Amino acid sequence: MIKERFFNKWVFLLLLSIPAIGIIFNEPYYITLATKVIILGIAGVGLNLALGYGGLISFGHAAFFGIGGYVAAIMSYHALNEELLFEIPLAISGSSEMLIIWPLAIVISAFFSLLIGLLSLRTSGVYFIMITLAFAQMLYYFSISWPSYGGEDGLSMHMRNTLPFINTMNPLNFFLICLAWFFIAIFITSKLINSPYGMALQATKQNEERVKSVGIETFKVKLIVFVFSGAITGLAGSLYADLNRFVSPSMLNWHTSGEIMVFVILGGIARLYGPLLGAAFFIILEQTLGLYTENWQFWLGLILILEIIFARSGIMGLFDKKNKL
Amino acid sequence: MALILFIEQLLNGIQFGIMLFLISAGLTLIFGVMGLINLAHGSFYMIGAFAASIVAGLTGSFWIALAASLCAAAIAGVLIEVLIIKHLYKRDHLDQVLATFALILLLSEGVRWLFGAFPLYLNIPSSLDGSILLPFNIMYSKYRMFIILIGILIALGLYFLISKTRLGIRIRAGQNDREMISALGVDISKLYTIVFAIGAALAGLAGAMIGAIQSIEVGMGEPVLILAFVVIVIGGIGSIKGAFIGSILVGVTDTIGRVFLPNFLNYFMESSNASSLGSSIGSMLIYILMASVLLLKPSGLFGKSE
Repeated sequence: MIKERFFNKWVFLLLLSIPAIGIIFNEPYYITLATKVIILGIAGVGLNLALGYGGLISFGHAAFFGIGGYVAAIMSYHALNEELLFEIPLAISGSSEMLIIWPLAIVISAFFSLLIGLLSLRTSGVYFIMITLAFAQMLYYFSISWPSYGGEDGLSMHMRNTLPFINTMNPLNFFLICLAWFFIAIFITSKLINSPYGMALQATKQNEERVKSVGIETFKVKLIVFVFSGAITGLAGSLYADLNRFVSPSMLNWHTSGEIMVFVILGGIARLYGPLLGAAFFIILEQTLGLYTENWQFWLGLILILEIIFARSGIMGLFDKKNKL
Repeated sequence: MALILFIEQLLNGIQFGIMLFLISAGLTLIFGVMGLINLAHGSFYMIGAFAASIVAGLTGSFWIALAASLCAAAIAGVLIEVLIIKHLYKRDHLDQVLATFALILLLSEGVRWLFGAFPLYLNIPSSLDGSILLPFNIMYSKYRMFIILIGILIALGLYFLISKTRLGIRIRAGQNDREMISALGVDISKLYTIVFAIGAALAGLAGAMIGAIQSIEVGMGEPVLILAFVVIVIGGIGSIKGAFIGSILVGVTDTIGRVFLPNFLNYFMESSNASSLGSSIGSMLIYILMASVLLLKPSGLFGKSE
């Protein structure tokens, strides 16, 4: 995969150049935009793990993205109100420390992916797609009708959560934090897929029966990747909440699941940097089409359909013809 | 009093279920015969409603509007099948999900472009306005009763079509073995287009009928689409019978749950907590129902095991 590596370098350089341009021309908006791309890229890296490497077509990753987001927002809401988050069984107060929020977002979204995975992975094929979709919608409707945290209106955060010694309100600092998380996510993914476990996972994707016959419990293999995948997407959700200083049920909506899936496919399935490229392409398309027409979604839909019908292996596939998957 | 309320809500639930059936019947047929997941199926529901509203505005007749919704959705169905969907039959589910997701963006935005963002309306015809008296002194909306009747007629019609006609035999054969029936000389591509058009037309009709009770707006098909998915997953993908039973189950559970769960919880907790918890759980009930069905039968009530 020499070509893909070469390409990844360019993607990385391009990413760094955007905030640089933002600073030179004093346009903080570009930095925010690049941060958004990175965060959506992390969410995509999470989904890619299950979808690309595990072959698990989850149409419900908005659930984890939203859970991560709500963890960040609810914690900071309680920190601001100085209300206790729980009184029973332990008195737990809110917090606006990212160092507390991140692990919490990861653990809670991992817990939910474990739960949803345990139920959903009993099914396969279309049923799996539908049931993951249904679980995400279930949380979506719950978030709309549960009034404590804003219900349908969402919950805004007074200010971005904090880190010791670093001013997170500075766009560049926050960009770098997200970039660091992106590389951690990439690192975890590449370690995971190149480990013996990763081999079992990719073999399961190709032929589950054979993997079973050599004595590997494929259910466990799939469950593990689903939990990792959900946790990474959940972390992305908490960063996204901090970026916008706002969460709303739309983070849990199935459109979000669809979009994260679009990033993965657009960039090229089962390619490490694919989701980032897909997210960048999507956001750039959204921004430029938005300049010319109000109905940019129409053209976006058209481009996506053409892409799926004609360019089947994603953007990376276009440049990397020899390594077609 | 409580009994009357209950029966009224039960009828509402059945009406809702019937409407879901019109959408999920097409969805499940399309999946059963062509093996295609069509996320854009809700768009035909929207197209039917818009067509009905516009034709009703031009002609003033509700009945012509209903016919127009059927035709418009069927024509849109044929066009979309021939132009786009045809390329997806041989692809995996992932490509299908994505392409039809993109199709939703395209169709929703296209309709907004043509008709603007304001909601449209459709009036109930005067012959169906008002309510009728049912046994036990229950007054019930004539129009909703009409929807229930139409839905039952269509369910019977579909049953007849699938089990008794030549087209039905081909459809069932297509569900069993696609390659074999094309080898036997059935024009499979035409059959696919017909099945897709039937599914689209039914969804369009549902949209038009509901358009007289709710406002007609872009994106109206999406929540319904997800419910239709829940229905066919519960009923078993590919089974019309499953779709019918699943629809009624989902319609009734959803309606009854939303109305009675807050009251029920009232016995256990304060009323404000009960109403917020009740409505949150009420909105989640059908998904809980679906999860429990899948736990017991991973391929739905009437689905073939994979």
